[in-house]
Amino acid sequence: MTNPLHDPRRANRSTPSLQAHGHHGSWLGYVIGYGVAILLTVAAFAIAPSKHMAPFSIEAALVVLAIAQMIVHLIFFLHINTAPEQKTNVMAFGATMLIIAIVVIGSLWIMSHLAANMAPMDHLMNMQR
Amino acid sequence: MFGKLTLQAIPFDQPIIMGTCLAIIIGILAILGLITYKRRWAWLWTEWLTTVDHKRIGIMYILLAAVMLLRGFSDAIMMRSQQALASANAQGFLPPEHYDQIFSAHGTIMIFFMAMPFVVGLMNFVMPLQIGARDVAFPVLNSISFWLTAAGALLINISLGVGEFARTGWLAYPPLSELPFSPGVGVDYYLWSLQISGVGTLLSGVNLVTTILKLRAPGMTLSRMPVFTWTALAANMLIIAAFPILTATFAMLLADRYLGMHFFTNDGGGNPMMYINLIWTWGHPEVYILILPAFGIFSEVIATFSRKPLFGYRSMVVATMVITLLAFTTWLHHFFTMGSGADVNGFFGITTMVIAIPTGVKIFNWLFTMYGGRVRFTSPVLWTIGFMVTFTIGGMTGVLLAVPPADFVLHNSLFLIAHFHNVIIGGVVFGCFAGLTYWFPKAFGFRLHEGLGKAAFWFWLVGFYLAFMPLYVLGFMGMTRRMNHYDDPAWLPYLLVAECGAVCILIGILLQIAQLVWSIRKRDQLRTNARDPWDGRTLEWSTTSPPPAYNFALLPKADTVDAFWEAKQEVAEPAEQAYESIEMPKNSWLGFAISFFAVLGGFGMIWHIFWMGVLSLLAIVALLGWYSWDEDDEYELTPYDIDRLERVTIHAG
Repeated sequence: MTNPLHDPRRANRSTPSLQAHGHHGSWLGYVIGYGVAILLTVAAFAIAPSKHMAPFSIEAALVVLAIAQMIVHLIFFLHINTAPEQKTNVMAFGATMLIIAIVVIGSLWIMSHLAANMAPMDHLMNMQR
Repeated sequence: MFGKLTLQAIPFDQPIIMGTCLAIIIGILAILGLITYKRRWAWLWTEWLTTVDHKRIGIMYILLAAVMLLRGFSDAIMMRSQQALASANAQGFLPPEHYDQIFSAHGTIMIFFMAMPFVVGLMNFVMPLQIGARDVAFPVLNSISFWLTAAGALLINISLGVGEFARTGWLAYPPLSELPFSPGVGVDYYLWSLQISGVGTLLSGVNLVTTILKLRAPGMTLSRMPVFTWTALAANMLIIAAFPILTATFAMLLADRYLGMHFFTNDGGGNPMMYINLIWTWGHPEVYILILPAFGIFSEVIATFSRKPLFGYRSMVVATMVITLLAFTTWLHHFFTMGSGADVNGFFGITTMVIAIPTGVKIFNWLFTMYGGRVRFTSPVLWTIGFMVTFTIGGMTGVLLAVPPADFVLHNSLFLIAHFHNVIIGGVVFGCFAGLTYWFPKAFGFRLHEGLGKAAFWFWLVGFYLAFMPLYVLGFMGMTRRMNHYDDPAWLPYLLVAECGAVCILIGILLQIAQLVWSIRKRDQLRTNARDPWDGRTLEWSTTSPPPAYNFALLPKADTVDAFWEAKQEVAEPAEQAYESIEMPKNSWLGFAISFFAVLGGFGMIWHIFWMGVLSLLAIVALLGWYSWDEDDEYELTPYDIDRLERVTIHAG
């Protein structure tokens, strides 16, 4: 492995950041993650056209599979876990989720109120003519 | 072959535009001629255009901001003059379609190409020095960030002479910015230049956050970081969180305009309100991206010149981080009147008022820092005190606007215009000038002339109040923003006062230019004690002025917030420490080349010259690929080299 980050010539005192890195997972971890990710993808594609399930059940199943997929990616590929050296990554991830939650939930809330309060746009445009 | 581009794109029949273009072209040719005459091309290329040194990049950011300030201010004074002239029967000198472009360009340029580069430039220059780092985490990426910002600025200025600029206002709300209502290239100029510079800003944010988290000097824990570094961390975290929203929103509008999609159209299931919602989820954090580093500058300035540690360091840090989070919870107050109803408006009105609390904490901290201190009233302190008074007024009118019923009366009026200029000029611009004066000797090894600096401050301050206080009154009188012409003669006296204010600010700007020229000419008189001219407290003052390329020959240690101040109090025992080799990044023309193709590609996309856009994109991808496999990007400074360089710099400054 010729990872330049671990080249001792580069990682000297002038570049202290380049030394401090946790492990980046094992081959086995990546293979398991890859397998589970494929499985979840195939399952989603298999369920989507199903004629035996109610539409709502299909949607619910897809949401569950999507969340599972995200968790698999986080654990096996981004190595987010509870290990002490992962604290910064977990915090950064938490902050990201918080901002996304604020923006998404806030937007849904605002847009639903707008939809309820305002006349449809095409109607307004017709009124102006 | 050339898409929509024809000779008709150049407005030969507009004397104002053509005169300006001619002056700009002559100016550029004169500068190019001077460089050729002085044989400085090689110097320009190796020392500046291809540099990856964070200090030089910071200086170039600020130079870009200064040039764009002149451009944005010319727009401003043209608008003020138009409104001073276009009362009742008079029509003024700007036709509506030109006036609309001017106010759109003024806002866009002042925020994206004046305030942002100024703030990013100061963070770039100061922050690595403050944390005792040798450079930012990714020096070449830093150069790419700067050149992408410059590419956006160039594109937006090309719109002056080739084609037109957007007539939509600085945030290009649909449906007006959609193809049926803005069929010209103006909105495309707006979108592509901001997309390109936005990528640069985002990369810069990633770079600076990494630098702060990973490259701090030994001993500098997070709770020992100088406050400016804290605010830089907060601002760059906001950049990382907010700028992708801007890019995605613009990408959707571009898809609407170029691919016939319907994200924000009225037909096809789109909704223009979604654009307004998304643009402000970026836009409100953007306000804090600009103001937080300014707060940091004031904190450094006021502590240094009061000769006291900053009052309430911890509360300052907590307030900064609280503002960072709350910045994401107030965006709806920009569109209270657009139909969201009582629940939503009430919620966002309260969050907006809540965010004034940590800001108030900061004001009190600065006041208490001054209290009992031996305050030296230098020009950075004048900017700071001017800020505290002005920003408090702006903050209070902001809280007033946060009351939804009041906002229904005041929105879209000149009251709003007065409010946000009150906080942006009184906060961000004053902060940038305070920082510029404060750190100028660190960057160049000589101070700026103090008397001219103080004169410039007073003209700016008085000019600001003359220009914007009448606008509050006009807002109450019912004058809306962006008016090309008005019938009510009662508004005229106020607009004449505002015009006088703009002229005062013009004198202030001219004084600043005079200050710069005078200081450069008399620089030998202003060199005294340039290493630490203000009796500084933080690590940037511990190295020479200007600092060597590697910043610190020996990495400093930080045991307290005011690390350099503490070190000065102790009896100096010159610890014999041997130099160690330093790995230095080599110059790279990657940023300049990418920027070249970004301008070319952006211009191609704007004018529907798609082959040019595609080829430029491919060129950028190829350049990045080529660079990724280039291993020869560093060189080594041996202890012998450092010793030699240190002897030279110690004698110089």
